[in-house]
This record gives sequence, structure tokens and C-alpha cells, in this order.
Amino acid sequence: MAERHVVRLTVNGESVERLVEPRKTLADFLRQDVELTGTHLGCEHGVCGACTVLLDGDPVRSCLLFAVQADGARVGTVEGLAHDGLHPIQEAFHDHFALQCGYCTPGMLMTVHDLLQRSPSPTREEIRKALAGNICRCTGYHAIVDAVEAAAARLRAAPPREAAR
Amino acid sequence: MKPAPFEYLAPRTVPEAVSLLARHGEEAKLLAGGQSLVPLMNMRLARPRRVIDLNRTQGLAYIREVNGALRIGGMTRQATLERSPVIGGRCPLLPEALALVGHPAIRSRGTIGGSLAHADPAAELPAAIAALDGQITATGPRGERTLPATSFFLGVLTTALAPDEVLTEIALPALPPRTGTCFLEVARRHGDFALVGVAVVVSRRSDGACGHARLVFCGVGPTPVRVARAEALVSGRRPDAAVFAAVEGLVRETLQPDGDLHASADYRREVAGVVARRALTTAWSRTNHG
Repeated sequence: MAERHVVRLTVNGESVERLVEPRKTLADFLRQDVELTGTHLGCEHGVCGACTVLLDGDPVRSCLLFAVQADGARVGTVEGLAHDGLHPIQEAFHDHFALQCGYCTPGMLMTVHDLLQRSPSPTREEIRKALAGNICRCTGYHAIVDAVEAAAARLRAAPPREAAR
Repeated sequence: MKPAPFEYLAPRTVPEAVSLLARHGEEAKLLAGGQSLVPLMNMRLARPRRVIDLNRTQGLAYIREVNGALRIGGMTRQATLERSPVIGGRCPLLPEALALVGHPAIRSRGTIGGSLAHADPAAELPAAIAALDGQITATGPRGERTLPATSFFLGVLTTALAPDEVLTEIALPALPPRTGTCFLEVARRHGDFALVGVAVVVSRRSDGACGHARLVFCGVGPTPVRVARAEALVSGRRPDAAVFAAVEGLVRETLQPDGDLHASADYRREVAGVVARRALTTAWSRTNHG
């Protein structure tokens, strides 16, 4: 067996230290070693977007990164979004029924979080483009686009005190 | 869908990376952004015994401008290039092509050097770099060597890089004044690999005629495909709609793409002609602003 490596990083602001095999992806690390199962694995080859998390603030596929590579990084997962109740993006998804089975939702939320940080007033076309890398197989995209528009309006009116890290 | 075990090596310097490659040879694989290699490892289509991670190697991620020419470190992230004001100002073809590479989460990690070294024939960056007359620097145990992008790509997923070389830099020469560029593609979904894509670079001479011209396609052959006859058709003339239409016809007749599950050869040829005409028309209109 390959030598294990010590990995130290922060997940949603909390320090985490674990011993990992190099082949363990960040997604499996978050789910199995940190026991944060909100990050979902759909395709495990970077196509579906369900495992999207933030790495030092940038959206990444956690199935395409080895945990050992995240040593020293700040990781943000869906569990880090809510503070004192749901995050405005989560609220908007809830209000607009922007999910059916919910499997793709964590990746959608993290992708939308990144989109709205960079572009606070996206058009519907821009929203669709931004979500093209997140696959929903319940085909609920209309409601998701509605929710993102609503979330953008809420965030413009009242930015949350603490953003996901 | 879990990778086979491997030994993880994270060199801090380029010489260290090169000596690790030289020592471990075919058993080792370089890891750049990982957006192509890690899927292959997850599916166990690739089972390297050792992974040499370049993400902690110093001095490989940079964008430098010298007299209008650009030097880009191999490990520069696609997202960094896409947002760089220097790249946007000097080389707007790159951000236009990059916006079509995967999705934002892919570009956060994906690197320019990784994309070129992977050499997927449908990928946007190899065609764009070839259209820009890019030069690629490889560093190995015998030192550095630089070769033009056009002779770097040898076949499907195959480049001129030796097994013990690291792609360290991409150099882009300064574009002539009044240059217009355009990258266009047709894909099944936004972010998918192109069925057909084209990178166009054209310059307007002081007499109003077209000088420099490059048309390079992706998705229509084993490597980026340059259509020099189409370039010759516009160069030296004041191209208009009739010339652009002639280019469309020439491209359709010249290219010999393969058909596959996603599109037949005939469809790809048809689309190649259309995107060539549209991209050339747009690029020429942009020469007014250069």
C-alpha cells in the first residue's frame, strides 16, 4: 500500500487533520473522513457537478482532486452555507421547489454561490450557462433558474453576514 | 470508480520534477490540473504507479508581457488566464476560447500546459495556441527546448514531449497591429468538447487588405488542423462576404473529419465551413478596433 500522508486543512472554517492514502479524492475525504455527507458523488469523473465544493474560494470538482492536494487549503462545503437558518440561496431553492430528488442540489448551491459572488445580477441566459456543468436528471431546471434569480435579488437587497468559506 | 493506489510525489522545483520523471519514467505521470488525468484514473483507464504533482512546484504559474509578446507558465490556471487583464488586452482569443473549456469549476483547476500536453483533438486550447503561432517550451534532463505549437501535436493524445520532459512555458508572439481574432464552436451542450471549433486570427494591413491570417480547427482530425489554403484565400485581399463564402466552401471540401456517435463526418464538414465563415467575418470586423 502506498504511504499515507498527513493532511491539514480547514473545512467550513474548522481545522481538520487526517492521515490519508494519496488516492483518496477530496470528495471521499469529506464524506468518509470528515463525515460531511452533504457533498454528493454522481459520476466521479467531473461531468455531473454534484460534488462541487469551494477550494480557497474557487468552485472545484471534489472528485477530481486528491485530498492530499488540498493540504493547507480552505474548503467550503454545502454544510457551511447556512448560518442562523438557511442561506438566502437555499431559501430561494426551497421557496421555488428548485429540487425534486435533491441529489444534485449541493453542487447546484455551491455553483450558484460562486456565480452570485462574481455576478450579482445574472440574466437567465447567464444562469443557464453557469449551471451547464451541474446535471439535474429530474429535469427541474426551470425552477432552479427561477430560484437563482430570486436568490440574486435577495442577496443584492441583504447580503448575508457570513459567506461560505 | 476509485483510482488504483499510487505513490504521491510533490516536487517543489522544476529540476526536482524533471529528475523524478527521469528516475521513474513510464511508471510516473505528471499531474497538472487533473481535469483529464483524474477522470482516467478514477475509471482506471490510467493506473500510474507514481503521480508527480506539479501543483506545488514553484515558478510554473505566471503571465508575463514583454513588448507585446506573452509568456505563460505551464501551470497557469485556465480561470486565471480567462480573467487576466493582460491576456484580455493582448490576446482576446484566449478568453474567448477558454469560456468554452468545460465549466467554471473545471477551469478553476485546469491549466494551459495540462490541456496542451493532454492533446485532446477536440480541445479548444491546442487550436487557439496553434492559431496564435505559439511556441511551447519543454524542460527535461538535457535542458530546455522550444518548438512551435504546429509541430507539438503529433496525434490523438500524443505530443512531441519526451517521457522525461515537463511542459514549462507557452510563448505567444506579439500580434501585428489591427489584428482581429475569433473562436467559435458548435457543441452539443455548453461546456462539452466541440464537435467542431475554429480559431481565427487575421490582420488588416495599412492598405486595408488582409495580411496575416490563421485558421485552425479542433474536432476535425487527430490534431489541431490548420487550413493554409483558406488563409491564402483571404491574405492579400480586402475580404468581403463573397470571400468569406468562398472560405466556407474551401473548408468544407478540404477537411476530412471522422464521424462518430456525436456527429457524422458530413455534418462536421458542413459545420466546419459555417463556423469558419462566421468566425472569419467576426475576426475581420474586429480588425477595426486593433
